[in-house]
Amino acid sequence: MSEKRKESGLGKDLVGLENVSGETIQAILDTAEPFKEISERAIKKVPVLRGKTIVNLFFEPSTRTRISFEFAEKRLGADTVNVAASGSSVVKGETLVDTARNLEAMRIDMVVIRHGSSGAAQFLADRIPSNVINGGDGQHEHPTQALLDMLTLRDSFGRIEGLKVCIVGDIVHSRVARSNIYGLQKSGAEVAVCGPRSLIPTRIEEMGVQVFTHIEDAIQWADSLNVLRLQLERMNAGFIPSLREYNRVYGVTQERLDKAPREIVVLHPGPMNRGVEIDSTVADGPQSVILSQVTNGVAVRMAVLYLLAGGAPERAEEAKKGEE
Amino acid sequence: MTPDDTQQVLDARGVDDALVTLATEIADGGAEGLLLVGIRRRGVQLAARLAEILERTHGIETPTGSLDITLYRDDLHQIGPMPVIGMTEIPTEITGARVVIVDDVLFTGRTIRAALQELADFGRPRKIELCVLVDRGGRELPIQADYVGIKIEAGERDLVEVRVPELDGDSSVTLVSATEAK
Repeated sequence: MSEKRKESGLGKDLVGLENVSGETIQAILDTAEPFKEISERAIKKVPVLRGKTIVNLFFEPSTRTRISFEFAEKRLGADTVNVAASGSSVVKGETLVDTARNLEAMRIDMVVIRHGSSGAAQFLADRIPSNVINGGDGQHEHPTQALLDMLTLRDSFGRIEGLKVCIVGDIVHSRVARSNIYGLQKSGAEVAVCGPRSLIPTRIEEMGVQVFTHIEDAIQWADSLNVLRLQLERMNAGFIPSLREYNRVYGVTQERLDKAPREIVVLHPGPMNRGVEIDSTVADGPQSVILSQVTNGVAVRMAVLYLLAGGAPERAEEAKKGEE
Repeated sequence: MTPDDTQQVLDARGVDDALVTLATEIADGGAEGLLLVGIRRRGVQLAARLAEILERTHGIETPTGSLDITLYRDDLHQIGPMPVIGMTEIPTEITGARVVIVDDVLFTGRTIRAALQELADFGRPRKIELCVLVDRGGRELPIQADYVGIKIEAGERDLVEVRVPELDGDSSVTLVSATEAK
């Protein structure tokens, strides 16, 4: 039996897309395709990760991402344990090391971590031999979200290269935005952001990102809008005057979309604030691919888990040595 | 590298004849609920050609599917980087069907074991049969084919190469004997 075997280009971990090549991103998205079919079967389970133990370590609340990872893990046949850090206390470095060592002592194979501090995933990855997947760390990265966004775009347009994608909303606090910017640019897309200046990082233009301060201009330019959740907790910090004001100026409404020169595809990573960053008519309308994103999320995470499981044992060895 | 002893077992004509015979044998079992499922990669092309012959000479129209068994392999964690996965496509309900698995070469039987496990995740066929172009011996599991194009005696380290027009440009079966010195 002859078969094509290709390096995935991933190392031991997936911490972010900043250091992942365009070819590797392509390989992950290609691998996700056959995994879509598994979720359509009568028995939605393949034995590829049978006997592997995966810990979902969530220090921040999450419904969608945690469930999506859990489905992906279970459909690959892995055993999973969910650890939700109690309370919302900021977990300091020392505590995370202890957690990591305890996990390691229980002989686990992979960890999915979500954490409020930027860099937490890398911190963990450097200290344990298990594969680490970043499920969102602070304002740093959320790589699997960007990958599922890209898979959804590829489904809609048949390609990513040359697409014009505008990320709308709270860019400065958004790990989804960062991962999308890296991933899309490496895949040959043009990226813009749109939002109030207070929510756009200064000097973002240096990343090769175009900035729109009017949603109408973004809609004239874009093939697709990725509308981010307005993190309501930000409002108290004075970043925006009011929700109504935000909706009036930046809300993605059908009326605004209808003025576009082309049919714009609308993404949203969820959870949505209907009537704030996005109107219900858009969210539930024909231009929305929001539920496809959710379906693709499981397939993309299965692909990442699969590729990492075959991963780089020599790097795992290095990590082990580093511990001693 | 020393030149290996290469011997053509079937030429394009031979492969065609073998497929015609195989199709006839499959057709003898009737047309009811028949579904051909080719194993990626070359089983898929062979299944398509069998379906073509079944329709042309026996008037039996049969759906064909494809199976990628990678995720069911028993050696996946021993082979290094994960292999690329192909699409699995089962076009009809398989519960109650007579499924004929089609593959190019039957060797250890491990691929077929994986295929049986994967098929079970799609439903419960009335019957599953196995059709191979080449049976080269060397089984490591208690698995046998129902329909065999040609049986050859190949040593454990010999290579049996099946070429199909869609992937390789021509059609043949070749036995490459491993040199003793290795």
